[in-house]
Amino acid sequence: MAPLADDVAGYLKRRARWSAVEIAFWVFAFATIWLLPSKHLILTETAILALFALSLDLILGYAGIISLGQAAFFGVAGYFSGLVAKYGIINEPVVALLCSGLVAAALGFVTSFLVLRGSDLTRLMVTLGISLMLGELANRYSNITGGADGLQGVTIAPIFGKFQFDLYGHTGYVYCLTVLFICFVIARRIVYSPFGLSLRAVKGNALRGDAIGIPVKWRLVAMYTVSAGFAGIAGALLTQTTAFCSLDVLSLNRSADLLLVLIIGGTGYLYGGLIGAVIYKFMQDWISTMTPQYWQFWIGLILVVIVLVGRERIGAWNEGVRAALARLVAHLVARPAVLGSAAPDRN
Amino acid sequence: MPILETIGLEKRFGGIIAAQDVTLAVEKGARHALIGPNGAGKTTVINLLSGVLKPTAGRIVLEGRDITSLEPHERVRLGMARTFQINQLFLDLTPLETIGLAVAERLGAGVDWWRPVGSRSAVTDEVVEIVERFHLADVMHERTAILPYGKQRLLEIALAFACRPHVLLLDEPAAGVPEAERHELLATIAALPAEVTVLLIEHDMDLVFSFADRISVLVNGGLFVDGAPEEVARDPRVKAVYLGEELVERI
Repeated sequence: MAPLADDVAGYLKRRARWSAVEIAFWVFAFATIWLLPSKHLILTETAILALFALSLDLILGYAGIISLGQAAFFGVAGYFSGLVAKYGIINEPVVALLCSGLVAAALGFVTSFLVLRGSDLTRLMVTLGISLMLGELANRYSNITGGADGLQGVTIAPIFGKFQFDLYGHTGYVYCLTVLFICFVIARRIVYSPFGLSLRAVKGNALRGDAIGIPVKWRLVAMYTVSAGFAGIAGALLTQTTAFCSLDVLSLNRSADLLLVLIIGGTGYLYGGLIGAVIYKFMQDWISTMTPQYWQFWIGLILVVIVLVGRERIGAWNEGVRAALARLVAHLVARPAVLGSAAPDRN
Repeated sequence: MPILETIGLEKRFGGIIAAQDVTLAVEKGARHALIGPNGAGKTTVINLLSGVLKPTAGRIVLEGRDITSLEPHERVRLGMARTFQINQLFLDLTPLETIGLAVAERLGAGVDWWRPVGSRSAVTDEVVEIVERFHLADVMHERTAILPYGKQRLLEIALAFACRPHVLLLDEPAAGVPEAERHELLATIAALPAEVTVLLIEHDMDLVFSFADRISVLVNGGLFVDGAPEEVARDPRVKAVYLGEELVERI
């Protein structure tokens, strides 16, 4: 009895333990603060995109809700943080960031009821429709948002009154990376908690989820709200690091690119959004220096290849690579007890 | 007082009557079997009881409380859980995670979004007990999708059992299980705790007559005969619609 009990408790906990690969990933991410100072501007964009993609992974990878409207939350929080800074309502950036996240989460909560029912296609259309409406509202009320010219005259105060944003994006990068890390840790706790497990179960089989006492609807509402909050924080980060906000924060392009980023990185293991964002940004940077106008051709080609490789499970196209990597690491480090957790979340 | 009652339960799909005037009483601690030929409406009754379908007329009362309008997950919380005729499992999870999830939900940990699943000893202790009771210890780390069919059937029941139901609805638990794995499954069902009331739907007459202390026969959506196994087996009307002569002689 006792060994089995230990085995059960150990296994259920072990999955939530940080593995060597993950620690290495974050050590490297923070090391770029000193290693790649000349790249901080693009790294800032990457960190923001990564957080945005993480928000989509929470609903797509863990709750099975597909969305083409994640930009709605990104954009609303982006404008919110710009406006509160412009009019001096909330000056301290971290407080403004949290408030922007809450605003986006509130919008997520309200709209979640629209995406609960229906198939993937209806969800795509509803989320798309909401972000289109918001985009047009921002366009219409240009006296508030600045319309097509964007929100001008935003000045962002120093973080905690101490750290001034600089032209080279050093402060901005440290800020964004730290926020990304904190949000990641929260997301990680969520997906390995009983709540996160119940969502994975519901994603796999909602009928049975209901039949073992899970209030499916409320769980989806909760996750959608959290995801919207994360997307909002990403949007606010963009406004704060650029001291600017324009209509394209709400554009369809932004939501579509996001889906692409997540599919490149793979869904349902949390790092997909992060890795996808790095690949996407650096490919964009690299290819666009060669063919400035046509770089999306290559992104399109990669998308087609990924979808053909992954077939039905496009978000899982790199599962084999992930599993092989985990085995390799397990082999190299030869500490089997801990390394069970090195295996990426299979889902 | 019966633990579970239906009063004039009816379900129509457009013009088709899937169940009509089903008035059924399941006594506390009973091993009650619901039998009937294909298409008689047995699964419809289970779907109505568990809340997957809403009745067009009639009421369902569980432990004195009217649950007719409650959602499936609310009925589970009140103490009634079901299994499915066709496995409804979480294929990407392991049996351990599956049972851990159900136990965590029941203990109210399902809204906990911070601590890992395994950090509560109340959850893990109960998971251990269920894994052992349902002979799943040797496969508990496998992905559910790759388990042998018999083990999946056991997990199907274990998952409902993990909800600690007062009333357990089993929808053809032995269906499709290969002969080699059958014994383990039937023995596990027979060993379910006496205080759990079981309503069983089954085609397999060996299982029905070895297990049930009361049998209700459903024909064309309506309740036909209701009684002790010997009475039902001898009833000429039942013989006519359903049971073979051979079986009656054996009993």
